[in-house]
Amino acid sequence: MTECGAEEIVELRINGTGVRVPAGISVAAAVLLSGETVFRRSVSGEGRGPLCGMGICFECRVTIDDLEHCRSCQILCRDGMEVRTA
Amino acid sequence: MARAALNESSFDIAVVGAGIVGAACAREFADAGLRTALIEPGVVGGGATAAGMGHIAVMDDSEAQFALTRYSQILWKQLAERLPADGEYVRCGALWVAADEAEMAEVHRKQRYYSERGVPVEILDSHSLAQAESNLRPGMAGALLLPDDAVAYPPCVAKFLVNEALELGAKLIQGRRVAAIGGGTATLDDGTKISSLNFVLANGIAAPVLMEGLPIQPRKGHLVITDRYPGFVQHQMIELGYLRSAHASDIDSVAFNVQPRPSGQLLIGSSRQYGSNDSGVDAQIIGAMLKRAFEYMPGLRTLSAIRSWTGFRAATPDKLPLIGPCPGREDVYLATGHEGLGITTSLGTARVLADLVLKRECAIETTPYAPDRTSHPLADARGSVQIGGARGSVQTMRSI
Repeated sequence: MTECGAEEIVELRINGTGVRVPAGISVAAAVLLSGETVFRRSVSGEGRGPLCGMGICFECRVTIDDLEHCRSCQILCRDGMEVRTA
Repeated sequence: MARAALNESSFDIAVVGAGIVGAACAREFADAGLRTALIEPGVVGGGATAAGMGHIAVMDDSEAQFALTRYSQILWKQLAERLPADGEYVRCGALWVAADEAEMAEVHRKQRYYSERGVPVEILDSHSLAQAESNLRPGMAGALLLPDDAVAYPPCVAKFLVNEALELGAKLIQGRRVAAIGGGTATLDDGTKISSLNFVLANGIAAPVLMEGLPIQPRKGHLVITDRYPGFVQHQMIELGYLRSAHASDIDSVAFNVQPRPSGQLLIGSSRQYGSNDSGVDAQIIGAMLKRAFEYMPGLRTLSAIRSWTGFRAATPDKLPLIGPCPGREDVYLATGHEGLGITTSLGTARVLADLVLKRECAIETTPYAPDRTSHPLADARGSVQIGGARGSVQTMRSI
């Protein structure tokens, strides 16, 4: 992330692994940067991920700090966040 | 030939309304060998049946209410053995939550009441309640546990009962509304005439449209459903203050009432309003209802609600349903006025009504539910009554 220059960095954990990302990006972006594409599983077990990116489709839901069904595209990364995908 | 057939009665009994009450009635009559018709303008179980919570509850407001709810609960247990999975019958038990010592006294009174009548019941103290429901606000005084209480998904149960009725020979007439009943005939809104020896009004708040003067008022309720949070709540939970809400007749009221669905979703209620015929969701009522729920369960505040909707309970002045012959109408029976207990008491109602129609012995005393207990003027007791307005047509409206 050389282009980030002096940008502030936050560190969160995604499925137990520490990830360093620029401050101000969404959890959805951080999850995708980490290489994970399945954010949640549908009731019938299908993998799902971000579709609309604006809080409408609810496909990007993840568990953040033990709270299920958080729309990751609407929440910015914070230091120390624990994110779990399906 | 078809014309000739109209001169005789095609049916022994025609049930108006395929909500869970009408569905259960049709099944009972068909099971008894009667030629049964079930007439439904919309979808099966699409009115108050779809709007309610689906709590199969034993209640003790009066001996008559207790008798019908307990009898029904036992019939539900029998039905559950053959219900398909989508009926979602789960005996999760109910907790009547006492916030303070005054309410705890009521817990003890109820415990004695139910024990004396052979209903399994248990008292949870503050500590065991906190263990049983970890998301309740700390410091609750305790609760009354009714382990036989259950939940179900009423629209699917209604559909199942209708299917059983059809297998037993009943006929479903769907998509047309009954406009009038008179002279052994139900006239549908397209002019079709259905001849029957007897009729049953099981159409909830729409019953007074066909029989003017019936003492039934719509009592509006709101519900909210959340996303899936398995394990957040274990039992159907109701605040003891609910009874104040349910009994208050003249004011809008809300009470903490939460139910775990087998899907992991939570139903959050409840509200009661008279005088509103508007099926729209009222943000102020939803706000008051959720505020009450958050007082009991602060963690609910962090969950996602995905939908809210309303429905209309068919309320009677004395909080008991109308089951039996319609005053002044020899060929019309009533099975309506169940207020907030229609899902529970649907099965008991159907059995009681079938016993009355067939002059069989009934397991419970039926006179408390007799429609002639209430003095009401039947405006047109002998002739047929035309639909006057659309008031009875809207029973529920779902909205985002």
